[in-house]
Order: sequence, then structure tokens, then C-alpha cells
Amino acid sequence: MKILVCLSNVPDTTSKINFTDGDTKFDTNGVQFVINPNDEFGLTRAMWFKEKQGATVHVATVGEASTEPTIRKALAIGADEAIRVNAVPTDGFFVAEQLAEIVKNGEYDLVIAGRESIDYNGGMVPGILATLLGMNFVNTCISLEIDGNNATATREIDGGKEKLATTLPLVIGGQKGLVAESDLRIPNMRGIMMARQKKLNVVEPTSSNSVTADVKFEKPAPKGKVTLVDADNIDELINLLHNEAKVI
Amino acid sequence: MSVLVYTESENGKFKKNAHEVASYAYEVAKQLGTTATAISINASKAEELGDFGISKVLNVSNDQLKTFNAKAFANVIGQAAEKEAAKVIILSSSADTKFLAPILTAQLEAGYVPNVVSAPESTSPFKVKRTVFSNKGFAITEISSEIKIVGVSNNAFGNAENKTATTVESFEPSLKDDSFTTKSIEIDKVVGKATIADADIVVSGGRGLKGPENWGMIEELAEVLGAATACSKPVSDLGWRPHGEHVGQTGKPVASNLYIAIGISGAIQHLAGVSSSKVKVVINTDPEAPFFKAADYGIVGDAFEVVPKLIEKLKEFKAQNA
Repeated sequence: MKILVCLSNVPDTTSKINFTDGDTKFDTNGVQFVINPNDEFGLTRAMWFKEKQGATVHVATVGEASTEPTIRKALAIGADEAIRVNAVPTDGFFVAEQLAEIVKNGEYDLVIAGRESIDYNGGMVPGILATLLGMNFVNTCISLEIDGNNATATREIDGGKEKLATTLPLVIGGQKGLVAESDLRIPNMRGIMMARQKKLNVVEPTSSNSVTADVKFEKPAPKGKVTLVDADNIDELINLLHNEAKVI
Repeated sequence: MSVLVYTESENGKFKKNAHEVASYAYEVAKQLGTTATAISINASKAEELGDFGISKVLNVSNDQLKTFNAKAFANVIGQAAEKEAAKVIILSSSADTKFLAPILTAQLEAGYVPNVVSAPESTSPFKVKRTVFSNKGFAITEISSEIKIVGVSNNAFGNAENKTATTVESFEPSLKDDSFTTKSIEIDKVVGKATIADADIVVSGGRGLKGPENWGMIEELAEVLGAATACSKPVSDLGWRPHGEHVGQTGKPVASNLYIAIGISGAIQHLAGVSSSKVKVVINTDPEAPFFKAADYGIVGDAFEVVPKLIEKLKEFKAQNA
């Protein structure tokens, strides 16, 4: 089985978000970039398939050279090979088209991407990719088993979960649950050394246009001060929620 | 040309978000000087969408579509868009709709913008405001494709009643076999309880509760309020509560009217995920907990003393206001 894990290079979850250039650009100053958490759960599940079922695991990202530390980390975790599409990821459709080209050329059986990146939260790359290539698709996937050509995937639904039966080739929009948080791996020294020897292929984008563009950013309005209620005065809290906030 | 909106139903009944997206579609149609058409699948009272400004409902009655199937449903919506020559399609943010949205986007070669929080800023060029960086910011996003798909954030636009004369047409899409290569084999869903996605009130517990055995009072508080239960990331990582309850940046977003955080200190990732909630209440022993800076109301106190009292007082309040 040949697996492609799609990685997005995103600000660490603890990052403070600021904008620059007249609020038209994300300010990367002082921001630490990491593998998108939803992708990392998928990468770790892919490692399981590699170790238990002999799968080959490649990773791909669409981004400029500055994303290479993130790709190297995935190689250090255990991916066999990496591909970087040398382009700024301008929108979800554009990224999906680039990845579709890689999947087509690489004849992958299984593609695992995160359900969304935590920066632009588009949540569309895996689904567009699957549809462009006519592959099966399961979104918000929290468990995945592969047996030969058959796949059993569980997805999160509002208020519960749904188990689905499908077949390869398959695209997964993954998230926490594919593996547990405690299963995530920190690269060890040997992995980091080995990653330096692994192939990182850089390819140019296929011509394609973006259909959406962020023209301006805003930060949320500052929050007003909290109204503190004494722990012995629960009636006051209920009064405020009922008469002032009108939410109960 | 009309604006098309997909209005989700469950067991024949429209989901809560159907009224919100219908209201949104009406607003967009008004801005564009046209009317709003809804596509619904196996809805039994399609005409009720007239209350929210929908002029026409295309209703599909088909047993093959009794269970949700993302590809088939995307196909149906795509065919409805073609029939109506719709250039703008409005969707909700439910798990099912976020599953079908990218499929529809690829089929129609559309520009799709999810997590939209308000009516379009302008329609020419077509610009909408959406959340980015997991609610830590907003973007004004321009869609330049011929067909535009807008995903409306839960509980962001609200319901707007606009009584409109509505016609219900039966719509028979052609279904393709290759849509059914992914089959549902088991659905495990809580029935009769509010879900995090559509609850008006969410009650959430953190590590301050010390252990899973103490969740009884969280559940009781939720029951009194008709609320959904949720938890912080460490709580789900420790296995105290199921992953499906984890709210925050890497879990589910919360956009309820009221969010009550109990024993949650308020890590930046958690605050981002719940920031779309309209009113936030925090109960925590530590007055320095970051959540107090993000909350509207707060009680500095021990959850094990405050929550039982709150339950008791709310029961009295509910009895008086019943």
C-alpha cells in the first residue's frame, strides 16, 4: 500500500495572531511553524500502517522553501520520502489541484490529509482532491482500518459517530482519534539524522488559478471586562443571565 | 438566476440550522435582486421555509437518500443548482454539510468560503467575512469564480423571519451508482440530547474537576439547562470524556448562546475554539485563570461547592418560570 500524507505548515496552536501590511497579510514575525495538528494525527496513523502492514509513506506539502523544516520533521518521524510543490498555497482549490497531480503521478492508494488546517480553516482540500480524482472520501475521520482493498472508517458526526465501509483508492480528512494524542511521536536523534538522507523532491506547480482571496484581515474586538459574581450569590448570576444576557 | 440554499433535515424535520441558512439565503437574494430557492431531501414540511424568505423549495423524496451520503447529496445539490442556474449556493456548517461541501465545490468548479459570520460585505465583487486562525481573526474573502459557495457559521447570522409565499416542487435528480461506493454501516448517535453543534447552551468541564467520576454534576447541570456537555483538551486526552466532547482549536468549535466553563483555566487554544459563543461564564478557583479575561460573567470559587448550588437555584428558577 502506498500512502500520501498531505501536510500543511501552520502557526503553532499557542501563537498570538497578528496582521501586517495594512492588515492584508498574516504577520509571521516570531511565529513558530509546525505540522498542522490534524495532519499529524494522520501522519502518525500512516506510520502504524507502515510498521504493521508494510505500507510506504510519502508526505507532500504545497509551500515555499521556508516550509522545509516542517517536512523534515515528518521525515524524521518516519515518512520515507517527501514532495514539496514550490508555490504559495493561495487557496484550497489551488492546493487540492497541486496535490491531485502528485497523487495521480504517484499512484497512491490512500491519501490522508487533516480535516482542516488550523490557520485558514478551509476544510476543503481532501474533499476537492478526492472528487477531482474520483476517489472515495471520508471526512472528519476518527478511526481507519485497511484490509486489502477494503477500508472501514469512522467519522465524527454532530452528536455521535458513523462507521462507513468503502474501498481504496481513498482520501481521508483526518483528525484526533485516528490516533490518540499520546501516540504522537517526537523525532529522535536517529530519525533526525536519517531524515537528512531522505529524498525531498521539489516540483513546480501546475498552472492553476485561485478562486478566492483574502483581501483584508481583522482581529476580534477586545473583550469587555468580566462581571464577577460572589460564590455565595448564585441568585445574582441567574438574574444576570436571565435579565441582562437573556440566555436562560 | 436565484440563490440556492441546502436546507438539511433529519427524519423529515428541518434541522435548526436550516432556518438560519434559509434566512441567510434570503438576505443574499435580496442584495442580488433575486429570490431564494431551497433544496431539501426527504423533508416532510418543506413549505415552512416560506417563513424564512424562501420562495421555492425543490424537495427530493427518495428512499436511497434516507441515510446521508456525501457524494450523492452533493450531486443532488449540484443538479438543483444547474436547474435553477444558481450562481450563489448557501450551506450550513454541520458535520454532514462540511463533508459534502468540498465535493460540490469540485463538481461545480466553484469558489467555496466556509465559516462565514455575516451577510456579504458586497456582492460585486462578492466579499464575505469569515473566521480564520481558528477564531483568532477574521478575513474578508473575495470569491471570483462564476459559482460561489458560502458556508455559514453556526449561530452567526441567526434566524430572520420573512413570511414569503412559497411553492414546493418535487425534484427528481438522477442518482449515480458510483456515489454509493462509500456506505454507512453503523450510526452511533445520542438521541434526545442537545449536541455541541446545535445546542443553545453548552456546559463544559476541565481538569479542575479532578476526575471522570465527578462529571455527574456537569451532566445534571446540562440537563437542567437543556444543554450539551463538552470538555477541554486535557480531559479528552486523559480519557475522562469521549473525544467528541473536546472543544477548542483542534476539537469542535462552539457557537452557542451560552457557554459555561467549569474548572477550565482557558488556554489560548481553548478560548479560540469557544470564542464564537455569545455569552461565556467561567467558574474557577483561580482568579488569575486566563478564562476570566475572556468571559462575560465569572465566579471565583470551588466548582464542587458552586455547581451543586447553581443546579439547585436553576431548578427553582425553572420551576418559577415554567
